[in-house]
Amino acid sequence: MSITVGIPRALLYYYYYPGWEAFFRTLGAEVVLSGETTKAILDAGVRASVDEACLPVKLYLGHLADLRDKQVDCVFVPRIVSVERKRYLCPKFLGMPEMARFSIPGLPEMLPVEINIHQRYRQTRQGIAKLAARFDSRSGAFKRALREAKAAQEKYELGLRRGQTPAEVLSGKAPRPAAGNIRVAVLGHAYNLNDRFISMNLVTRLREMGADVVTTEMLSPQDIRRGAACLQKEVFWTFGKKLAGAAFHLLEEGKIHGVVLVAAFGCGPDSLICELVERVYRRSKKAPVLLVTLDEHTGEAGVVTRLEAFVDMLRWGQAV
Amino acid sequence: MKVTYPHMGSLSLAVHSLLTGLGLDVVPPPPITRRTINLGVLHSPEFACFPLKVNMGNFIEALEAGADTIVMAGGSGPCRFGYYAQVQREILRDLGYEFKMIVLEPPQGHLSELADKLKELGGGRPWPEIVRLLQVTWRQIKALDTLHVRLLLARPRELEKGSCARAYRQASELVLAAKTPGEVDSFLRQGMEALSAVPGDHNRETLRIGLIGEIYMLLEPAANLDMEKVLGEMGVEVERSIYISHWIKEHLVLSTLRLGGSKKIRKAAAPYLNHFIGGHGWESVGETVLYGRRGFDGIIHVLPFTCTPEIVAQSILPTVSRDYGIPVLSFSLDEQSGEAGVITRLEAFLDLLWQRKLKRRETSSTG
Repeated sequence: MSITVGIPRALLYYYYYPGWEAFFRTLGAEVVLSGETTKAILDAGVRASVDEACLPVKLYLGHLADLRDKQVDCVFVPRIVSVERKRYLCPKFLGMPEMARFSIPGLPEMLPVEINIHQRYRQTRQGIAKLAARFDSRSGAFKRALREAKAAQEKYELGLRRGQTPAEVLSGKAPRPAAGNIRVAVLGHAYNLNDRFISMNLVTRLREMGADVVTTEMLSPQDIRRGAACLQKEVFWTFGKKLAGAAFHLLEEGKIHGVVLVAAFGCGPDSLICELVERVYRRSKKAPVLLVTLDEHTGEAGVVTRLEAFVDMLRWGQAV
Repeated sequence: MKVTYPHMGSLSLAVHSLLTGLGLDVVPPPPITRRTINLGVLHSPEFACFPLKVNMGNFIEALEAGADTIVMAGGSGPCRFGYYAQVQREILRDLGYEFKMIVLEPPQGHLSELADKLKELGGGRPWPEIVRLLQVTWRQIKALDTLHVRLLLARPRELEKGSCARAYRQASELVLAAKTPGEVDSFLRQGMEALSAVPGDHNRETLRIGLIGEIYMLLEPAANLDMEKVLGEMGVEVERSIYISHWIKEHLVLSTLRLGGSKKIRKAAAPYLNHFIGGHGWESVGETVLYGRRGFDGIIHVLPFTCTPEIVAQSILPTVSRDYGIPVLSFSLDEQSGEAGVITRLEAFLDLLWQRKLKRRETSSTG
């Protein structure tokens, strides 16, 4: 029987799952995902975490508890420090294995691996090789797994750029044809936007209101880079830079009617990046911005009302 | 050019004397008051961490007082502090202020960029003179820290409330007025003697508490509700884990030479957390272990509300606390923190620590 590797359906799942899945599958392991987010999963996470942790961290811990209850052989909780030169992820990813270990009792074996492209490129590769050897120590197994992972990941990212959201690509559902009469950018971390429970289905709701939705993942890396170049100092968080780059690129391109910024309560990078984006948009007077902050108490009706009002306002703006 | 800077405990005093020494027209930010904090909060992002908001209040009040140049530090992440200046500049610009912001970024392997900025501030002064000034400032920073350590030890035993703080203030004023390294040293000696001479009850029993957490919140009394003083006057010997002189040595000198400092702290943290997580999260875990080993009575952990590195540390601290049998109390502070609430929690915590201490003594004397 093959070893089961549990991957929480939260946080970086939305960025890297196809690559991770291919990696472990090629090595002969069976990947088990935690269930779709439910109130019970979120509650379990909230109970396990420090009060002040941000919503996605609480949710992640809830998904880990779910995997523990599914009795997987091991869980994949990588320490992801940096995925590109000179930029980091948010500190929560740096300390994730510890937060998991000290918050969720009775976790199965945690697969240790550290991804740090900025400071430790070579060690990162060695670390992944060691991880591969845990499943299949034959020579060539690691390289094959890495190749498969890369191919799956590239295919995934290509799909995203065709206008599908991570949730759509991951669930295999075809995107609905673009038929809206206003274009709205929804900018925020993929792990907030694509979790239907905590985002309260925000993207789908906007589409149902007749809006075409653009997200960060749908833009090319070049456009994002160009957009981010207008900042005086480079943003040192990978996702923060993407968000700012996408926002500034879309503003310059001038094809969107409004922006919905989605941030989790207590998100450190967003508290600064969203502020900058809001200010630049306000100065330009080209497109209004709505900031939606998510936490575990968010009432769905309140968010829906705000979205409806925002969309109405954008339509009136078009009619004039 | 009228230069200003943000407050950060005694560091600002040394920065002030450095800028004045460079011959600049310095407009110090007015002392932090409720107004400062209210102004900062009003114009800062709601979920930004508290230090950013206090800085903003400092900048606004200094610009009101006529400053036109802000000197601020930068950073390379992943802690939010590294991006403070970028956001603050845009906010102040939208408020209509005309100013220049000089951001001193930490040298990443080379000192030239930092040196250029210092030279710019120095306004054509020759290098040897700037270096001499920096040497004096460095001595001053170290001297202030040495005096501070002694202040924290002496305060719980003083007979007259406030007498140690007075001696400390007098000594620090002298140190800051010194013009040469030799003068700094002799004023430091005098100050240490003055602090030792403060009448005190040396037989009084005290609790020993380690103060850990995020650097700004530890260093700036206005941000931590003057916690050191409150504790000292409640009869607690406080040891603060972070001093700005250590920080400078580590981040500006050792990291430039690629010699990682504070190995001891990191080694102590290793069984719990063996990786940097930004800010002072790693140190918070390591310091708790070290205080636990040294038999301290308790730990107080201070962080700005929503500080991610400290939140990671906070999720690890309960386990360290259990393993070493050392109680830990976390204070997450921001503009909402009320003094009365904090004091009540401190009193309850100290009661608990006293009871533990007395109980232990009983068991050891009967057993």
